[in-house]
Amino acid sequence: MISEGKKRIWNEYQKEIADDHYFYVRSCVRQNFFPGSEKTFLKIMQHELGKDVYENPSHTTCTGIGYHSDIVPFETAMTVIARQFALMTEAGYENLVTSCITSFGLYSEVLETWHHFPELLQKIRMHLKNATGREFNIPKNLAHASDLIYKFRNNIAAKSTNRLINKQTGKPLKAVEHIGCHYSKMFPSKGVGGAEYPYVLIGMIEEWGGEVIDYPERRHCCGFGFRQYLVMANRGYSIACSRKKFESMEPYKPDLILTNCPGCPMFFDRWQYAISEMEGKTYGENDHGIPVLTYEELSGLILGYDPWDLGLQVHQVAVEPLLDKIGVQYNPLEKYQGIDHKDLGKPNMPSILKFY
Amino acid sequence: MKQFGYSINPDRQIDYDLTDKSLLSFIVSFEPSLLSCISCGTCTATCTAGHFTDFNIRRVHTLLRRGEITTLKKEIQKCMLCGKCQLACPAGVNLRNLIRSIHVAVEKFNV
Repeated sequence: MISEGKKRIWNEYQKEIADDHYFYVRSCVRQNFFPGSEKTFLKIMQHELGKDVYENPSHTTCTGIGYHSDIVPFETAMTVIARQFALMTEAGYENLVTSCITSFGLYSEVLETWHHFPELLQKIRMHLKNATGREFNIPKNLAHASDLIYKFRNNIAAKSTNRLINKQTGKPLKAVEHIGCHYSKMFPSKGVGGAEYPYVLIGMIEEWGGEVIDYPERRHCCGFGFRQYLVMANRGYSIACSRKKFESMEPYKPDLILTNCPGCPMFFDRWQYAISEMEGKTYGENDHGIPVLTYEELSGLILGYDPWDLGLQVHQVAVEPLLDKIGVQYNPLEKYQGIDHKDLGKPNMPSILKFY
Repeated sequence: MKQFGYSINPDRQIDYDLTDKSLLSFIVSFEPSLLSCISCGTCTATCTAGHFTDFNIRRVHTLLRRGEITTLKKEIQKCMLCGKCQLACPAGVNLRNLIRSIHVAVEKFNV
C-alpha cells in the first residue's frame, strides 16, 4: 500500500467536529444492548476531558427504527426530530451529538432534505408549533459520539493506562473496525473519511497502539438491516451477513472487533453465539469468539476503567481473553456483581462457545 | 444443535478462487477452442432446441465457469447436436464437440 497517497486522500475527507458544548441524545436500544457505553462516554467527555455535555430527560426516540421499518412516515420522523432540535435550542446549545448511528443518519437525512426543500422545513416548523408550541434552530454542528472520541483520541491516549499491545508478545493487537452503514454510506461527507476511507475507528485503534486488519468483506453490512432482523422469518438473512464477515476476517486472526453503531456490536456479539449453537463453529482461539467492543468500552479499557463497570459482563462473547492480552486488571469473582456487590445471577452457559 | 426458528441463509456469492474448476479443465483439454468464446450469445440465439425449450448453451458455459455443475447433466440432454450454433459462432468454437465433452466429463466426474 502506498501510504502517502492514502494520507493525502484522507486529508480531503475530514469533517468539522465542534470543540465543546454538546447537546447529547442517547440511543433507544444501546442501554439495553451495552448498558455501560453511554455512561462511559459521558464520564470520559465530562470528567476526563472536561467538556460540557448536556442531555435532556425529555428527549425521545428519533423514530429511526420505525422509519427504517416502514412504520413511521418521514414527515412524522422529521417532526419528532424537530422536537429534539427544539430541546437543544431551549437548552442553549448549537452542537448536537448522537449516540446512535441510525439517529445520526436520520438527522443527516432530515437536515439534507430541509436544505434542498426549504418549504418542507417551514411545514415541519408549523407542525411542531401546532403540536407542542415549540420552535427550534437547526444545529450548527452535527456529530456522532464516535467523532468526538476520534477527535480527542490523542487526549485519551495521553491519559491511558493500557495500550492495544499484547502484553505477552509485545505485538500490536489486531483489530477489525466496523463502521455502521448509516454513518457515512448515505452521506459520505458527514463521516470522518467518507464512505470510502472511514477513518473514525481506525484513528482510535492506531492512536492506541493497535493494528487494523484489512479483509475482503470489511465494508459489508453486519446484517441488522432492521426488517432483516425484526421479522423473525428474515433473520436468516441477518445472520448470513454476519457469518460472511466472520468467515472473511477469521483467517487474519483478529483479537477484537470495534464498532460505532448500536446494531453492529449487538449482532456480531450475539450471532457468534447463534452460529456456534447452529453450526458448531466458533471464530476465536480455543473455542472462544472474537470479542466485540463499542468505541466507548474500548476507550474505557484504554483509560483503565474496571471492565465490569463498562458492562462487559453482558457480552455474549467472553471478553476475558482480550482483557488478558491487553493486561487489564479485573476480578473474575466480581463479574456478575452489580452496585454494592449485589448478585446479578450467572447466565446459562453456551454449549460450544467458551464463556466464563 | 439448537433451533431458533430460523436458519442461516446459504451464501449466493460465487468466489472464483474457491470454485471447482476440475470439470472445466477436463473439458477444455478435450475442446480448447472453448477458450476463444467471447460470450456473445450467438450460439443461443440460433439454437433450435433453445427455441422450444429453456436450453441455453451460453448459460451452460457460464455455469461451467462458475463451478455450478450440478444441473449440467440435465441441461445438455436438451441439445440435439444439430450444429447450427457452431456454424454461427464468430469465434470458431467447436460447440458440438463441447457438448460431447461435457457428456463425457459429467460421466467421468459423476456429476
